[in-house]
Amino acid sequence: MMKVKKNKILIQNGITYAMVIAFWAVIQILSAGGHVSSLMKGLLVPLCIYGILAVSLNLTVGILGELSLGHAGFMCVGAFTGAFITRCMEASIPSVGARFFLALVVGSAMAGVFGILIGIPVLRLKGDYLAIVTLAFGEIIKNLINVMFIGRDSRGFHFSIKDSLSLGLEEGGEVIVKGAQGITGTPRAATFTIGVLLLLLTLVIVLNLINSRTGRAIMAIRDNRIAAESIGINITKYKLMAFSISAALAGMAGVLYAHSLATLAATSANFGYNKSIMILVFVVLGGLGNIRGSVIAAIILTALPELLRGLNDYRMLIYAIVLIVMMLFNSSPKAIEMRTVFMEKVRHKKSESAAKEA
Amino acid sequence: MKKLFTLGLTAAMVASLTACGSGSGTADTTAAAGGETSAAGAEAPAAGGEAAEGETFKIGVIGPLTGPAAAYGIAVQNGADLAVKEINAAGGVNGFMLESNAQDDEHDAQKSVNAYNTLKDWGAQVIVGSTTSDPCIAVAAESSNDNMFQITPSGSAVECVAPDNVFRVCFADPDQGTASAVYIGEHKLATKVAVIYDSSTTYSSGIREAFVKEAGNQGLEIVADEAFTADNATDFSVQLDKAKEAGAELVFLPVYYQEASVILKQASDKDFAPIFFGCDGMDGILTVKNFDTSLAEGLMLLTPFSTTEESSKAFTEAYVAAYGIEPNQFAADSYDAVYAIRAAIEKSGVAVDADYSTVCEAFKTAMTEISIDGLTGAGMTWNAAGEPDKAPKAVKIVNGVYEMQ
Repeated sequence: MMKVKKNKILIQNGITYAMVIAFWAVIQILSAGGHVSSLMKGLLVPLCIYGILAVSLNLTVGILGELSLGHAGFMCVGAFTGAFITRCMEASIPSVGARFFLALVVGSAMAGVFGILIGIPVLRLKGDYLAIVTLAFGEIIKNLINVMFIGRDSRGFHFSIKDSLSLGLEEGGEVIVKGAQGITGTPRAATFTIGVLLLLLTLVIVLNLINSRTGRAIMAIRDNRIAAESIGINITKYKLMAFSISAALAGMAGVLYAHSLATLAATSANFGYNKSIMILVFVVLGGLGNIRGSVIAAIILTALPELLRGLNDYRMLIYAIVLIVMMLFNSSPKAIEMRTVFMEKVRHKKSESAAKEA
Repeated sequence: MKKLFTLGLTAAMVASLTACGSGSGTADTTAAAGGETSAAGAEAPAAGGEAAEGETFKIGVIGPLTGPAAAYGIAVQNGADLAVKEINAAGGVNGFMLESNAQDDEHDAQKSVNAYNTLKDWGAQVIVGSTTSDPCIAVAAESSNDNMFQITPSGSAVECVAPDNVFRVCFADPDQGTASAVYIGEHKLATKVAVIYDSSTTYSSGIREAFVKEAGNQGLEIVADEAFTADNATDFSVQLDKAKEAGAELVFLPVYYQEASVILKQASDKDFAPIFFGCDGMDGILTVKNFDTSLAEGLMLLTPFSTTEESSKAFTEAYVAAYGIEPNQFAADSYDAVYAIRAAIEKSGVAVDADYSTVCEAFKTAMTEISIDGLTGAGMTWNAAGEPDKAPKAVKIVNGVYEMQ
């Protein structure tokens, strides 16, 4: 019995990986034949970024069962750390690829550390309270970065929270982080292949975590905290673990984001709470705890408004309608009932035709 | 239940079909408009020449057409559209017609790159955009990669024109800050100056930085230097109180007009009446809804464009007739951008079907050789770095209209 279950999990996870790899392969084949439009090419990296973000948030919301509205904050930490590393190391590491790799590692680690720092006080809260505190965290990070100025000259790094003049740089010094203007001139090293590899890495981490002893402990906390505590599960440890892994993965997506554009500024469109809520929408639409669903929802909802550009002003309206219809189709009890009935019928027909053939 | 479901699905499909229908409908009308203009071209064969039938030179326009910055994007779209229509009505350029297509970027860098890619798929040969600074920097990196010529009407951050294929019509942020300080110093408007700026936008903090740098050279004393961010741009009493206590004679406001209208209102509530001085972002303050324009009396601003100037009368009338609103500086900038493209086509003589890389190479040199009398400056020229050379104009609001200084 146990073995059957394990096999089932293996198959399910295999489908998820296969789906991502197939998507990558199809795009590679199509672009080799020149059938991919520039718009689609430009969208590929963002699709990976939002896929990673949705999967990582699903770990907090779906698996750990805590509502977090500050996911864009962690993404922001990762993005700025990563871009900063890449800009700083320009002289010492000439290879863009190596710098990008370093940025990925440091950016994720930094976001993970922030996850732990925020998690220690915050995870004592539950439900709505946690949501509000994470929301505040996201806004604080955004505003902090907006007043941060970091420059470098021959004497080392200078830091200010006023303006770039007060850094007191000597001749030839450069301002790396320019407050609201953010960081410009980051090399655009993010490619679709790297994006897909990182998405696969995220999936491996999250799916393995879910199906491990740790994952079962985390889900036990979600389902019944008191029961979990009574059988000796260390609640703080597991909560913190899930929360910080989720933050680190969001940081990784942030680094990818920073390296896909030439400009990085902490505006509310990039890292504000609207972004956090958008990621949450991906997760909810894909299904809480359903990792594959998160990836699919992220891809559809990111690509949709761009592919609807032909409809001009109607596109936002259509986007909203599609969102509502998809939500209803996915989650309303009647729709679920109808889907099961439909699936039953298909299965019935299949077995009938199989019987006939026999 | 099943019936209801099918009904719902059918309804959705019908809705999507009609949506597509309306989409193609707009395409039809633009095509028809193109037909009309080419007909107009045919009426004037002397100007027309031997253009390939139906071939147009494609100009892609990028700007925020939705969202909080939509006023700028829509102005840029309209300005470019008007210029294209005028040029086509006058027989086109080198015998062929222009065509423009505007794409929305929601004032977001990533969306702007998407808009750029959409335009590339459409077959754009040059880009007019992006309207706002951050998106413009992102698009400039893409366009320099592809070698597509780009001219931004209003991307004022320094980095916007960093690649050699990008030019701009407006002034760079630091230039505006420096020019403002020089103007105030030379005209002896004040010695004690307060600055209130938006630290969360590139535009405002860029101007302010250059202003503060130059102020010392002009003998200006900065008595208060107060910031706000986009998140708290509704209450300025703290900043105004500080400026008032410090005895500021002039308040420099390198901010956009929405915030400026609130600042002016709150300053008048406090009986604080220094000279207010703004930059081109202040243009449009007289059109703010529910704003008592008498509060803006005496406000000075450095802007390259004003609707009351003799040279912009015809443009203003045509713009109001076509779009029902007064044009602002953004519209004028993009109008000039399209005329600069026309001049560059004439200068370089690129073919109507040249690919964008060829056009870009031809334009890089042509742009430095042309000179146009635009709405935002007479005898505008460009240097190879992409910066325009034109004189800033200061205007003062008197009796609710701009008065040139």
